[in-house]
Formats: sequence, structure tokens, C-alpha cells
Amino acid sequence: MEIVTKSTRNVLQPRLLSLRVNGVPRILEVSPWVSLLDGLRDHLDLTGTKKGCDHGQCGACTVICDGKRILSCLTLAVMKNGSEITTIEGISNGDELHPLQKAFIEHDAFQCGYCTPGQICSAIGMIDEKKAQTRAEVKDSMSGNLCRCGANSNIIDAIMEVKERRNHA
Amino acid sequence: MLDLPQIGQPVSRLEGRAKVTGTAKYAGEYNADGLLYGYVVNSTITRGKIVHIDTNAVKEIEGVIEVFTHENRPSLAWFDMQYSDMDAPPGSPFRPLQNAEIKYNGQPIALIVAETFELARYAASILKVSYQGESFETDLYNHQNEARDPKKGVATLLKPLPPKPKGDFEKAFSDSAAQVSAEFVHGTEHHNPIELFATTTIYEGEGKVTIYDKTQGTINCQLYVGNIFGLHFKNVRVISPYVGGAFGSGLRPQYQLFLSVMAALQLKRSIRVTLDRQQMYTFGHRPPTIQKTRFGADSDGKVNAINHTAIGETSRHEDYTEVVVNWANIIYPAKNTILEYQLLPMDVSSPLDMRAPGGSTASHAIESTMDELAHKMKIDPMQFRLINYADIDVSENRPFSSKELRQCYIQGAEKFGWAERNPEPRSMRRGHKLVGYGMATGFWEAMSIPARAEAVLTREGKLRVSSAVTDIGTGTLTVMTQIAADELGLPLDDVQFCYGDSKMPFAPIQGGSFTLATVGSAIKVAGKALRKKILKKAKEMKNSPLKNASDGDVIFERGGISLKSNPDVLISFREIIVANEDKEIKTTNMSVPNVFKLKNYTRAAHSAAFVEVEIDEELGTIQVKRAVTAVAAGKIINPKTARSQILGGMIWGISKALYEETISDHRYGRYMNQNLGEYHIPSHADVHELDVIFVEEKDEIINELGSKGVGEIGLVAMAPAISNAIFHATGKRINKLPIHFDELL
Ligand code: FES
Ligand code: FES
Repeated sequence: MEIVTKSTRNVLQPRLLSLRVNGVPRILEVSPWVSLLDGLRDHLDLTGTKKGCDHGQCGACTVICDGKRILSCLTLAVMKNGSEITTIEGISNGDELHPLQKAFIEHDAFQCGYCTPGQICSAIGMIDEKKAQTRAEVKDSMSGNLCRCGANSNIIDAIMEVKERRNHA
Repeated sequence: MLDLPQIGQPVSRLEGRAKVTGTAKYAGEYNADGLLYGYVVNSTITRGKIVHIDTNAVKEIEGVIEVFTHENRPSLAWFDMQYSDMDAPPGSPFRPLQNAEIKYNGQPIALIVAETFELARYAASILKVSYQGESFETDLYNHQNEARDPKKGVATLLKPLPPKPKGDFEKAFSDSAAQVSAEFVHGTEHHNPIELFATTTIYEGEGKVTIYDKTQGTINCQLYVGNIFGLHFKNVRVISPYVGGAFGSGLRPQYQLFLSVMAALQLKRSIRVTLDRQQMYTFGHRPPTIQKTRFGADSDGKVNAINHTAIGETSRHEDYTEVVVNWANIIYPAKNTILEYQLLPMDVSSPLDMRAPGGSTASHAIESTMDELAHKMKIDPMQFRLINYADIDVSENRPFSSKELRQCYIQGAEKFGWAERNPEPRSMRRGHKLVGYGMATGFWEAMSIPARAEAVLTREGKLRVSSAVTDIGTGTLTVMTQIAADELGLPLDDVQFCYGDSKMPFAPIQGGSFTLATVGSAIKVAGKALRKKILKKAKEMKNSPLKNASDGDVIFERGGISLKSNPDVLISFREIIVANEDKEIKTTNMSVPNVFKLKNYTRAAHSAAFVEVEIDEELGTIQVKRAVTAVAAGKIINPKTARSQILGGMIWGISKALYEETISDHRYGRYMNQNLGEYHIPSHADVHELDVIFVEEKDEIINELGSKGVGEIGLVAMAPAISNAIFHATGKRINKLPIHFDELL
């Protein structure tokens, strides 16, 4: 049976990482097998980022890393040394909510709220990608973010409202 | 109070800010100093015995604290009763790690506790277990003839068994002008809330724990833990402020709760146990069901014979039942019926209520059969429903407390444009796509049960109301705050609703669409009692202008009490509190539904769903292009959150009709698609135009709010409306759900 031996233990030695998380420099001391998602949730106590599958199948763990939306469950924390990460906790401007956050509340774009951080981070990344234009394209490009409560149409309504306002600005 | 300004307003969810900023904390998100992590190991065989678990190798790993198995599980409560919970069906509840026996594939057999999550997961992955397998059976379809009648128990109260046969079905059926018979096959489904099941147990010292649990019933879990571990109820506090979806999966305490508390008490440490997605398929599911229908109608289109039978799967240790065959004759008043429901125990975990249990299964069979009958008789499907409209419930021979289903049909059809439908199947198309219109009726019982609530006029002159109830995303916090606000005529900002904590007054499990009526009624009773107390204090004040006022003479408004006859007279709540020596005024009350009155009525929410599907003629791909659901559910407390509930239900209906299914490999007795990649639910791209109508419905009987829950009613009619639309588009009647494109080729 293969168990953690002396040599594997070496591999598992915690590493020091420096990240900027929501604009704040953070030092993270984690083993290489810690995902970015668990690093955020368990080590930095940033539990706003959610874990729905740990397998890249639900989108709940979406964060913005160096300007791109990524699945933090499919990313090892050590891969992101030096990166700039924005999580749901860092989206608003102080007390002033991000337009997407406001639109989500206004459109009742969540029920249990568990998929919500991922939906919002993903939508921010999606809008910045500037690829999806029509409602159908937005739906396609948001389809990696599942919502089991069935808030789908409200979620897309909220995103479209913000996106269109931005197009007109 | 004549003026009820908060009820009926489309208030945005009060916890919205917490949910969009990530500050809403769910059960597995409470980090504590020295928190340990538990990872569960599950059986890889379906039936048999554990011969040996080699825990030594795993325990040697630095950082692994303990491995719990049936061999070192502490001795605990002995009787089935003590493992029972508010939602336990007749039988003997599953006990985690009880002994070496394996009852189903995926049964939890060990808990690894380690200093980090990764270590616990790794250790779980290498734990060596040897088994002695025995033969098993998980294939419902091939063993139908072994089904038997369900056992009765306490749960039968809420889930009545089928009514007795009526009239002479066989004769009426064979004399019918038109007859339809069909078989409907539904597979297993899993709730799959996006939040994983998790319990964080904070060890507070000898015999005392605070538990953050993913559940639909804080007190249900508190009693369960207290009973099993022999703890004082007051030393067990279960908190669930946020629940990341549940859909029924949290109605019973799940095994991670048991394992987490057991480990915490044994190790005297705080510990979190989170299940992984695959493990979300190892407790409770919507059972596979086989239904058969035979409906007959006379020449003027009246259904006069209904035979509906169902066989549902259950486990070998509990008789989980659903109400499947009771509905048809409540909706359609046939005089001759045979309704039968049987169970078939298999080597699986006990099934568990899943959104609209029974009703969503039944409606597919009933409404597809009705559609086929309408087609055979060349009557428009909606017209056919109107011909068979039930003004009273003939199955129980009693009136409905209210029923605006007719308006659901009319308004729904109008909004949808049902009149455009060409009755001929395969007659409507858009380019190379076949277009189909389908409709169906929805029905869900409106229940309520006793609950308690506390209402407090705080020292600030504001209102605080509390109940142990959870908010699983249904909007409970918001609607309860609205209901409470109207009790004292306060704006929402001056009202606080505290919930999701077993320390608070008793609330039953949250499910079956009965929370609104149950907890809402308790709030109304407590509100009334509080008004009495406040008025009494106000009258006792020195020179009180209300001295001679009785209940009927005053209005609670503008943050105080005023006189109806002279609105200039206003004593503020704050003044009353000052007169009360600056002490808050409080009351705790219980609401009990008036069973003697209610039993004379059938109480239900109704709906009508209208659906347009588009089907690619060559590829068979199916899309629900648009759908309208018209709902009659009494007074709608919050049209915004209620609409979302209906939309959610409709999307569940789309999912049931076209996507979701847990697939078993009966050779192994194992589910094969235990992940969100292969267990399909609608993604954003699958959801198109959806519309909701709330039909005006007054109900003065059902409860003081005149309100019925809306958690399930959005779901029930959707799947049959979709399969009927697929029939209309293609001329193919497919009675197995979900319907896949290959069946249309
Ligand atoms: S948790 Fe990362 S995709 Fe589901
Ligand atoms: S709001 Fe519950 S999963 Fe999306």
C-alpha cells in the first residue's frame, strides 16, 4: 500500500505563496495539493467562493484571476503564486455594490444563493471577454455555472441589464 | 387592521446583500481554531458484510487523528425510535456504522479524521476494505410482480394511502366511448443541491455541542442528535442560517451529521464533515416508479372511469411512500375508480421526498393519459379539462376551500396564445423544426401543521419575531418579515425575523410547501397576542387616551397605537416601553390548524402549464422554447419571491421531462453518473422564455393568511405539458422520462 512516506512528505511540505486577494497582499502557506478554492475557503477564511463539485462541473467556485474567470477548484493554489485574485468578497466598492450585485438583488436572481458568487464572478469575466453579445450568446457563455434552484432566467435578466447599460455607457 | 401594506409587496430578498457579497455563511464554512476534517468512506459493494477494514496503515499517516468504523463506533442508543426523525417512514432508520452489514452501494462505512481536508481525503482514498458480497437486487422494472402493500405508520397521516375502489370500473371502462391505457416509467433522481452536505460540529465541552448543519429542520436534527448521543437537548444547538438548496434532501438528518457529532464527542474536538459530490448520491433519492393508467370517457367527453396504479421503489429497511394515485380523481370527477399503490423493497438507501414528491410523478401519468384521451376524442386538450372540471372533490365528497383552476386555464391559455394551436400532430413547424404546443393541469395539496413563534416588542419599540424554521432559498426570511410587519403596522426596517436556530420556538421541518402557512400562522397568532399585551400596557399608562379603548377601537400604525375615531391620538411603542420600565414586551404562542373545520374541505393549490417545444426534425433535439404557468395559490405574500419559486419549479419540470436521471447499472447495484457532468440539469442555455401568472384566489378557510405554499406547484404540471407538446410536435407519445432526442428519431 502506498502511504505518505518520507519522500512524499517532502513533496507535501507547505510552500509560501504570495497572492494579492481583493487588492490585499496575502501570504499563504499551503501544501501543493491544496486547491486555490480550499486555500481561499479554509486558509484565508474567504468562504464566499463556493464548492459545489470540486470537479469543474458546476461553476460555484469561479473567481477572477489576473482578469480572467477561472474555476478555483481545478487550480492548485501553488500555481497562482504572484497572481491577483478577486473573489466575491472583493467585487463591491466598499459599501457600494457592484452593478451586477445590485441587479442580482433587483431581479431576484438567486434563491438559496449558493451558486451566486460563482455566477457573479463568471458574469464579470464574461462581460470583460467581450465575446458574447446577444442573450443567446450570454446564456451559452454562462452555461458553466449551474443553478439548481432554477433562478436561470432571472440570472440572465440581471446580467443582460448590466451588460446593456454598459454597452450604452 | 384594515391596512396591510407589507403583505402583497414584491419585496427583494432581505438577505440579498449577504448572498451577493459572499458574507452569507453555509454549514461547511464555519472555521474554528483547531478544526479537524472528516472524510467519509463508502461501501463499494451493494449487499453483504465488511470482513475487514485495515485502519492501521492509514492511522500511521502523520496528521491522521482517527478512523471510525463499526468496530470502534461508541455504543449508542439502542432503539429504532431514537434514530427516528420527523420525516421517518415506517420501518427502522439507517444507523451509520452500526455493524458490518452492507445494505446498499455507497453506504458510509468509515470516517477518517485528520488535521487537514486533503489528508483526510487522501487517507480515505487508500483505506483498504475487504467485503463478503451477497446477491442483491436493484432493478425495479424486472421485479414488479413482487411489489406489496406499504406498511402504515405515523407518516401515513401526511401521506394518505389510496382511497378504496368506487363504482364498477371494469364495466364503466369497457362501456366507454373512448379508452386509453398506458404505462409510465420514471427513473431515479437525486436532489443535487449545489451546496454539498456538510456539518461543522463545534465541541463546547463535556456533552455540549453547537452544530452548523445543512438541514431543513434545526429542531429535527437537535432531537435526533440528543436522542442518539444521550445529550441534554439544551446542550445541542443546531444552527442553519443559510442552506444552499435542499429540495427535500435536508428533511431528514443525514449521515454526515451523525458522523461529525460522533467524532466531535469522541475526540473532544471541533470537526467538519463535508460530503463530496459523489457522496451526494449515497442517501435518499426520488424513487423510480412504474405507473399504469386506464382512463375511459363517455361520448360527450366526460371521464367516467379512472384506473391508476403505481409501484414505487423503497429500501429494505423503511417503507418510504409517496402520494401518487390519489390525485386523478380529485382533479377529474369520475364515478368509477380503482387506485392502487404498492412498494417494492430493493437494496438501495431509503428514498426521500424530492420537490413535489409523488405529485410530479403522478401528474405526468394522469395528464399524458388525459391528453391522449382528448386526442382520441378529437377534443382540444384544454376544452377536455374544462369538460371534466371538478367543482367539488368527488374522491372525498367535499368542497374545495378555494379553487380558481378555471381561471388558470383561461388566463394561461390567453397569455400563451393557445388558440393558435392546430390540433393535428406534426402540423406546425418553423423551418426544419417541428413545433408543438402542450398543456397540463397541476395540483398540490396545501397543508399546515402546528408551530410556535415568539414576538417581542423590543426596547427600541421595534418588532422581533423568531422561529426555528430554516430558509432553504424559498424566501422564508422575507415573507415572514412581511407577515410580521403587518401585525404591528411597521415598515420592514423595524422588523427583524430570527430563524434557523434550534434555540428558537418550535417549527417543523421545512417542506411540502407548508412552511408559509405553518410558520406564517404562528406569527399571526403571536402577533395578535403581542398586540393585546401592548394595548393593555398602553391602557394602563397614566392619563392614557386609550384607557377605554377596546381591540376594535385602535389601529397599530406609525410605530404605535392610534385611535380609529381620532387619528391624532397616537401612543408610540417607545412610549409604551418607557411606561413598561424600559422592558421589552414579549409573547410566545402556538398556532394549531383548526382540523375540525379544515377536514371538511380539500385544500390545494392549482396550476395550468402551457408549453411550446421546438424539435429538430432530423436530429430530434428538443427545446422548450417558451412556457406559461398560471397558478392559483391563494394570497401571494410576495409576488417577487413567489414568482421565482414558480420559475424554479418550471425549470425543475423541464429537467424532469428532458434531462435529469440517475442511471443505475443493475449488475453492480450502483449509480453510474454520480456527478454534475453526467447528471444533467438545465444549464442557462437550456432555459428560454418563461412566464408566470398568479390568478386571483380568495380563501377564507385555509388559514388566516388565505395563502397556500408555492414550492411545488410550479413543477407538477410542467413535465406532462412538455411531453404532451412533444406528442403534438412529432405524433410520438413517449411515456418514459426523461425524453431524449434518440427516442424521436
Ligand atoms: S466547485 Fe469548481 S466547478 Fe464546481
Ligand atoms: S440560487 Fe440556489 S443554486 Fe442557484
